[in-house]
Order: sequence, then C-alpha cells, then structure tokens
Amino acid sequence: MALRTLATRKTLGAFSTFPQQLRGLQTFTLPDLAYDYGALEPAISGDIMQLHHQKHHQTYITNYNKALEQLDDAIAKGDASTAVKLQSAIKFNGGGHVNHSIFWKNLAPTKEGGGEPPHGSLGWAIDQSYGSVEKLIAKMNAEGAAVQGSGWVWLAVDKELKRLVVETTANQDPLVTKGPSLVPLIGIDVWEHAYYLQYKNVRPDYLKNIWKVINWKYASEIYEKECP
Amino acid sequence: MVMASVTTIASHLTSTFLYAPEFCRLSQSLHTSQRPCTRKSVSGTISANIDLKPPPYALDALEPHMSKETLEYHWGKHHRGYVNNLNKQIEGTELDKMSLESIILASHNKGDILPAFNNAAQVWNHEFFWESMKPGGGGKPSGELLELINRDFGSFEALIQEFKLAATTQFGSGWAWLVCKCLFHQIYNQKLEPIFFNVYFCVDDLEDKKLVVLKSSNAINPLVLGSYPLLTLDVWEHAYYLDFKNLRPDYISTFLDKLVSWDAVSSRLEAAKVSIEGK
Repeated sequence: MALRTLATRKTLGAFSTFPQQLRGLQTFTLPDLAYDYGALEPAISGDIMQLHHQKHHQTYITNYNKALEQLDDAIAKGDASTAVKLQSAIKFNGGGHVNHSIFWKNLAPTKEGGGEPPHGSLGWAIDQSYGSVEKLIAKMNAEGAAVQGSGWVWLAVDKELKRLVVETTANQDPLVTKGPSLVPLIGIDVWEHAYYLQYKNVRPDYLKNIWKVINWKYASEIYEKECP
Repeated sequence: MVMASVTTIASHLTSTFLYAPEFCRLSQSLHTSQRPCTRKSVSGTISANIDLKPPPYALDALEPHMSKETLEYHWGKHHRGYVNNLNKQIEGTELDKMSLESIILASHNKGDILPAFNNAAQVWNHEFFWESMKPGGGGKPSGELLELINRDFGSFEALIQEFKLAATTQFGSGWAWLVCKCLFHQIYNQKLEPIFFNVYFCVDDLEDKKLVVLKSSNAINPLVLGSYPLLTLDVWEHAYYLDFKNLRPDYISTFLDKLVSWDAVSSRLEAAKVSIEGK
C-alpha cells in the first residue's frame, strides 16, 4: 500500500463574476497510512489509530482547507485584518496536518521494521551525540512526559549545524517554530488523544511502548538526505 | 468609594492577612461545599498538605452524562496526581505554609511561571470543576444571576452560545470560564509596602462589574487573570475522551444541558459580594 498525499487543484476564478486574476488554490486531503489500523498493536491500539487518523487528522485538514479559502478570499479583497486574524487557525490546523503527516510515516508495524534500531550514519550520529539509542530514547521520553498540556516531542537534525537535536513543541506548532533549520526525523504526538483510550493518564507507558513501532528506516532516509 | 474601601482594607491588614481566617473564608467562598477551614493559624507554622478534595457527589452520580470511569481517572488519577506532585514540590519551601490560592499567585509570578504553578493551579481548577457540576444539573439560572446574565450577555441563550464557542475553540488543553471582572486590590502590610503577591476579590455591589466568558490554556485560571471565577468546564482531552472520544462539542452540550450547577454559580456570585471591610 503506497503512501501518497493527494492534493487537488481548485480554481476559484472560474466561478467568480469579478474581473480578477485566475488563481488556483491547493487544498489538502487525508494521506493514507502505509499499514492497517491494527498493525501497530499492541503498542498502539487499532481504535486509537482509526480515530486519530480518520477523525483528528481529518478535522485538521478540513479546518485548514477552510482557513486557506478564507485567507485566499481576504487577500483577494485586500482585507489585511482578516488575513492576519486567520493566522492562528492556519497555524493550528495546518500545523496539525503537517505534524500528523510526518507521524504516520514515523510508525511501522514490527514485521515491517518498526522498532528496529537505526543503522548507518543516523545510528552513528546518535551514539556520538547521546551515547546510545537507549539514552536518546530516555531523553525523549523524559521531555515528552514533561510537556504540559498538548504537544509533540521531536528528534530533529539541524541542517545548518549538521547535528541532532531533541525538541518539544506546544499544541500543533510545527518543529520549524523552534528553529528554521530544524528538520524533523521522528515526532511523537503527546496530545492525550494519541494515547488516552489505551494508556489513560499514564503517558510514560505510551512513550515507553511507542518505540516498538517507530520507523527508524524513514528517520535514517531523512537524515542521510540532510547529512550526506 | 473604591479608594475609601481600599484604604480601609489596607489599614486593617497586616502581612499575616494571608494566613488569617478572613482570607481562608474568602478562599472558601469560592467553593460551595462547607469544608472546614484548616488554615487558621496566624503564626505561619501550617504544613502544606494540600488535600485531594473529593467531588461533592459519588463518582457514579453524574452518569450517564459523565461516566464513573471518567471520574475514577479524572479525579482519582489526574487530580490526585496534581495534589501529590504539588505537595512533593512545595515541601520544605516557603510555599509550604501557604494556602492553595496563595501558592498559585506566588508561583504564577506575574507570568514568569515557577515550577509549582501548573500543579497548584490544576488542583484548584479541578476542585472548582467538580463543584461546578451536580447530579441532575442543567436547566437555567434564576434570580440575580439570571438578571446579571441578561444584563451582560443580552440573554441566557447568548451566554450559552458564547460559552460553547469558548470551550470549542480553546485549542489544545485548557478551560472555559464564566467570570466576574472584579476590581483588583493590592494588599499592603502595616508599613504600606505592597505584599509580594496580589489578591483579587470583589467588594461591595456589582454595579460596575461585568460577567464575561473567558478561555484559558493548560493550567491558567481567572485568579491570575484578575477575574473572579464563577463557573468552569475542563476541555483537556482527558476530561471527555473516554465518554465522547474526539467529539468535544457533544461533551460541552452535555455539560450545559445535564451537569452544570447554576446553584453553585449563584453561591459564588453571592460570595463575591462579601466585603472584607469591617471583618
């Protein structure tokens, strides 16, 4: 099952009666997962995967598209204050779409390599920076558990400085809000919706178990692209 | 009138105010159930032991609108966790001698938040939340509360719409509130030096006060926003996920239709009118 992100082109000008430039607005659709909802069990339950993908991620996309259309409209009318007011909706929902699209790729069933530690240059870089994969995981779990409220914990590579970084972001802020040269390798969603049905209040157990289905192969590909 | 009451208050107060029965009763006024006030000592030797206060009803009493399972986790794990972690954090520190509200204000530190804030505020918020609900809740407010709602929102329905909007659009974790925007008073000691942290309360009549809907993120509450809280709804996902999954709007409607205790809101409004002057 190939992973694909669909984008549809929608032309506004065709329906407009105003003499304005023809402009295409790209809207977004829900990307497919490369695995079945139940394929990450017992680390993450099928119920959670289905709700998380079909409800939460879809809602971000729906609201992102709506905000983009409103923004497009405001720009066309020269309505600066509306355009600015829409920024938080775009950050919330666009960030939600960006983050979750990365997240699905960060996960893989164990029989497809999920949980298998990184080899190659990423494995080496982790050992150099953190001592071992286990120590990196411990650090990420500590920081992920400490996120107040909703957010994400990330393993990133700084593409300018060519070094690994562990970061957290609040709500759906994308990683770039913590540094423009940060490229996400692994993001772990620590919003309660990501684990509550299965792990309830025990976020540390969720963090401990999710590493069994983390797709280090994907993280390595991204790393090797930024640090050849 | 305001200046006169502030001066009168200032002249009555000393730096031990916050340990005094008056402040204790004030903080008690924000909670409708009659918990005995344990912070009576004026010598500053109170030990922290912030309590895990149970809701004023059994854990299954809000069914089917809020499940027993939810209460068991929400109160039994989340709220309990905040209490335990707070007590661990403040033990042996100067926060250890203070009331919960004082800990919140001190650790909020005018926005430069100190570690104890999240736990302290969440303890307070959850106590306030349980008391904002009752079995057989919902319906409409009456009396002076309804009058003020009509005055400040136009109608009860308009308040409901605004509250629903705030609760729905609070992105990520947080709370929706109905508050009374009250005057803020700075408390001075006998040398007329401002005491370290500020106290918010409503005095005298409510003529120039306004009822307002607020939303806040994570642990932030009206005590640090200069407002007097009257009602809250927890919109952290843990508050509704077991019963409603992702459907926060359904949870909000259920709260307003079946759970909200307008009696508690009325009592809090009444308590807001209590003047410290002359005590």
